[in-house]
Amino acid sequence: MKLTTPAIAGTLESSDAQVTIEPGDGTIDLSIHSTVMAQYGRQIRETVLETMERLGVNDARVSVNDRGALDCTIRARVECAVFRACGQTENFPWGEAIRS
Amino acid sequence: MTANPNLKRLRRTMMFLPAQKPSLIKDAYIYGADSLMFDLEDAVAENQKDAARFSLYHALTTINYRGCEKIVRINGLDTPHWKEDIRVSVAAGCDGIRIPKCEHASDVRTVVEHIERAEHEFRRPEGSTLVMSALESPLGILNAYEICLACPERMIGVAISGGDFRKCMQTSYQPGGIEMLAGRGQMLLAARAAGVQCFDTVFTNLNDVEGFRAEVIQNKQMGFDGKSIISPKQIAVVHEVFTPTEKEILAAEKIVRAYREMETSGVGVFTVDGKMIDIAFVPGAERTIALAKASGVYEGDL
Repeated sequence: MKLTTPAIAGTLESSDAQVTIEPGDGTIDLSIHSTVMAQYGRQIRETVLETMERLGVNDARVSVNDRGALDCTIRARVECAVFRACGQTENFPWGEAIRS
Repeated sequence: MTANPNLKRLRRTMMFLPAQKPSLIKDAYIYGADSLMFDLEDAVAENQKDAARFSLYHALTTINYRGCEKIVRINGLDTPHWKEDIRVSVAAGCDGIRIPKCEHASDVRTVVEHIERAEHEFRRPEGSTLVMSALESPLGILNAYEICLACPERMIGVAISGGDFRKCMQTSYQPGGIEMLAGRGQMLLAARAAGVQCFDTVFTNLNDVEGFRAEVIQNKQMGFDGKSIISPKQIAVVHEVFTPTEKEILAAEKIVRAYREMETSGVGVFTVDGKMIDIAFVPGAERTIALAKASGVYEGDL
């Protein structure tokens, strides 16, 4: 998927994550801040990268501000930000590119 | 299509949860509500409708909600959101869809058409997604009977929505419920005539514990199956009120036992503890036993 505009999804509430995404410089540039960085930083990174790969996004600057979100919440926020950045608002590929 | 075994399941409490709030949906099964209602409608701001769907999809496909039924309240048919709401709900394997602001049987049929399409698209078993209708206006209440009958193989039942209904009726919450009497009564008549379930509206003042209990007792006396709730704090009261008492269970047992004995000998009317009992008492007694079993308080062998 090709990003056309910057987008943001999620909140800074407990158990949530805020994901900011914008068109990149030819690669994935990922930065993560988390209240549980020491324990889960690597897992969050893997979840974000795997979700982006599944969506076919390989050119983006992504920033994740995590407040102790479950993996399923991180996936949901990344997907929401990506589809917002692509301008798609319906006919989402549930169970295909979007899956748990 | 085979009948969905969950059509008539126990639904004393149906708890609303905003689908976009991870902190509230991640472990909502621990409180013991019979049904969880993931809300895509009023609890979700207009610019977060998409976020709520992604959140819903991953919650339903990842989190084990144990025995809780998973209902999704979609956006109204007058919005641009409801079709995608149905797609995501069915794809994620919800148990049922709650249709808000339902006023006509055709609203139910429209939703069911899209559910069928989604069950096909996402390879869900045909008929696996149930529906229920929220009646929020006088017109919805007046059409309750046709709404209840709109899709017998999927229709759980109807719920009245007090906020909008009171506004339409130019009234407001009254202790004792006089302002809702006609609406509740008419909806109950329609639901019972159609053989579907019937649920009361939410009670929004969490600090008025006595007012809440009084309303739940009245719900039970009027014949409701259960109540929509907005907080885990409300579960215990509803379950306590809706669970049959030991006295009620014993009386029901006697009726069912006596009926079974009399049935084989061909007697139609009999007495239990000096009261005349005929076949008309039996369904109610059987329902009490079923409710006791479902509530986990039945120790007999019927």
